[in-house]
Amino acid sequence: MAHADTHDHHDHDHKPTGIGRWLFATNHKDIGTMYLLFALMMFFLGGAMALGIRLELFKPGMQWFDPAFYNSLVTNHALIMIFGAVMPAWVGLANWMIPLQVGAPDMALPRMNNYSFWILPFAFTLLLSSFFTAGGGPAGGWTLYPPLSLQAGDSFPLTIFAIHMMGISSIMGAINVIVTIMNMRAPGMTLLKLPLFCWTWLITAYLLIAVMPVLAGAVTMLLTDHYFGTSFFNPAGGGDPVMFQHIFWFFGHPEVYILILPAFGIVSEIIPAFSRKPLFGYDAMVYASASIAFLSFIVWAHHMFTVGMPLAGQMFFMMSTMLIAIPTGVKVFNWTATMWKGSITFEPPMLFALAFLFLFTIGGFSGLMLAIAPADFQYQDTYFVVAHFHYVLVPGAVFAIMAGVYYWLPKWTGHMYSMSLAKWHFWLSTVSVNVLFFPQHFLGLAGMPRRIPDYSTQFTDWNMVSSVGGFVFGFSQLLFVVVVWQCARGGAKATDKVWDGQMTGLEWTVASPAPYHSFTDAPDLTGVADTHH
Amino acid sequence: MANDHSDDKYYVPHSSPWPVFGSLSLFVLMLGAAMTVEQSGGGGTILAVGFLLLFVLFYGWFGKVVAEHQAGMFNMAVDRSFRMGMSWFIFSEVMFFAAFFGALFYARQFALPWLSGHGAKHLTSSILWHGFEGGWPSNGPNALGPKGEGSTFETIPAMAVPLLNTLILLTSGVTITIAHHALKAGNRLTLKVALAATFLLGFLFVFLQAREYHEAYTELGLTLGTGIYGSTFFMLTGFHGFHVTLGAIMLLVIWFRVMKGHFTPERHFAFEAVAWYWHFVDVVWLGLYLFVYWL
Repeated sequence: MAHADTHDHHDHDHKPTGIGRWLFATNHKDIGTMYLLFALMMFFLGGAMALGIRLELFKPGMQWFDPAFYNSLVTNHALIMIFGAVMPAWVGLANWMIPLQVGAPDMALPRMNNYSFWILPFAFTLLLSSFFTAGGGPAGGWTLYPPLSLQAGDSFPLTIFAIHMMGISSIMGAINVIVTIMNMRAPGMTLLKLPLFCWTWLITAYLLIAVMPVLAGAVTMLLTDHYFGTSFFNPAGGGDPVMFQHIFWFFGHPEVYILILPAFGIVSEIIPAFSRKPLFGYDAMVYASASIAFLSFIVWAHHMFTVGMPLAGQMFFMMSTMLIAIPTGVKVFNWTATMWKGSITFEPPMLFALAFLFLFTIGGFSGLMLAIAPADFQYQDTYFVVAHFHYVLVPGAVFAIMAGVYYWLPKWTGHMYSMSLAKWHFWLSTVSVNVLFFPQHFLGLAGMPRRIPDYSTQFTDWNMVSSVGGFVFGFSQLLFVVVVWQCARGGAKATDKVWDGQMTGLEWTVASPAPYHSFTDAPDLTGVADTHH
Repeated sequence: MANDHSDDKYYVPHSSPWPVFGSLSLFVLMLGAAMTVEQSGGGGTILAVGFLLLFVLFYGWFGKVVAEHQAGMFNMAVDRSFRMGMSWFIFSEVMFFAAFFGALFYARQFALPWLSGHGAKHLTSSILWHGFEGGWPSNGPNALGPKGEGSTFETIPAMAVPLLNTLILLTSGVTITIAHHALKAGNRLTLKVALAATFLLGFLFVFLQAREYHEAYTELGLTLGTGIYGSTFFMLTGFHGFHVTLGAIMLLVIWFRVMKGHFTPERHFAFEAVAWYWHFVDVVWLGLYLFVYWL
């Protein structure tokens, strides 16, 4: 495919105008922008719920909310952050960057691209509307374990069908990513020349298509158990509530890699760029990502060591989980080795990438602790688990999203942003995120349970510290909005290359801002030197 | 401009109302379904409107794509994108069925033996369900079913109508292959006949399956509520039957397009996509026949 037909040969930068540009969009950049803005809104909505949680936990005793509402804050915070903020942010970045990075005119299936986006606002309308039904919003935890989740009120079917819609959206988004990468690469762009963001997204998309239907199956069984008299999770009829946990975590564990693999890709692009060295061990990074994805399918029961599974099962899932430390270790080693003797500068994307490297690794280590089955009996359902997964998701996934936005924002808008404000955002976030989550390790080890609005008084001090960190972190994110807003409105003109670093992607060969239609004529990379090796 | 579609250009549609319309349809459908199961007033109407909108969506969106194809706007690269997209969609369907097969295997291998006191969880059995001995098929310690606790039920024997249905689906797999070869050879008459035979066999399968369901509900005491056996039986065969119905409708659409003279021996993605889908429901049935009816 040497050319792309965009309908507008007389004016390649012609944009549709008005609301129709967004409602009827087929342009990958417009759709990417909508995804990212939606994710940002959901980030603040989920964040507001998190602040509600931290407000309640600032002091022991019941302060602000009744327990049922507290539980639905916890449940919806998780659902919104996972399905509304982090996943759509990744799809938004994929939309913006993958066609630019592979040298394609657009995503492979542009109309389905818009479909997968527009389902999301409707899905979250359905989910959030459940707050106004009898009995309030879903409050059984985002994992929806029966029999608790089956005891919900009118919110129950709304939650189930909202999850169905999110799943449909994710599957279509993932199919688009795979097809774009497999079919739309510029001539000469071999698979081992792909930027790592494309590679990790390719693997992520595979995971999405493999496990979102399993979640759909699991919640469908909940629905029929509730309304149609089936006995999947009812022992009186020969079923087993633990079976739900197995099916759910068969989805759930790959899901956590869906949330983090694109982060690996972004960090693998930013660290070499600002270390001014090629990525150390490009091939190893690709194979490590694939290994992590493979292993993610055979570790699920480490989320449920305490349900009473046979010893052989506990041993298997403990060992297989620990195996994941090997490819993850390869990655951390390679990022570190990339910086070795590099000529490093600390622009905002690099700062966020470095914070990711250190803080994600802390989350990785606490994950290893949780993988040890006998030790997990002590940690299960305590704040230690909360601390663990927030370390991998907030200074992990969310910081990598921030790093990616700060890296590519000038390419999108054509303007540089305020480096000093972005650095303020970085330092406030990085300090406060540790104040927020590190004490939760202590609380968990001391025995404070999760998902409880009240606690014994000996947990007060660290909860206060954590809440202070939470509020500082939450309000610091407003700086991010200011930086992005200013950058969209104006600022110093960005060059095509944007950064004084060693960037290798095709996105740096086009103008800033990137033209409305990406490579209408595919660049020919045949014979071009491989920059990764 | 729009008529300038030389063969080496990747067609990027300009703008389309269908995706956002589709999202709205899905929302109405899901809201209607949620209200229906909660027995809120008007749920059924909203659900019906949702289905109607979804029908308009498929008609409008796919009609547009068919027209674009007929106008020659899709080059081979677009064709490849469609093929890959369909393949991955079918993979997602495989994983959806995998969840229910997983439930079946888990219930048979773990849940029922544990409830019967075997293996790791004997305490559950001795304390809660003392004396229960659950083999397969089973509707659990309380023997749930249409008559409440203590219901008995019979299963549908594998070597009766299910065997006939197996033969029907396998035969339809052969007829669609004949149709495909005829299409590639330019033999339109064989194509029309073999394709018609395929969707007729598909609808026959669905008809026989519906009769079996009727018998199960009225005579065998086998319903969705018949414990774990009824749950896995009806969810697996029900979702399969739903997919066969969809597949047969897709075959019917393809047949109408053949009658209108669509498809060439070289370019017939839609035909192949439907054929892949048909083979997929065929393979799922073989799994069902083996693990649900026979073993």
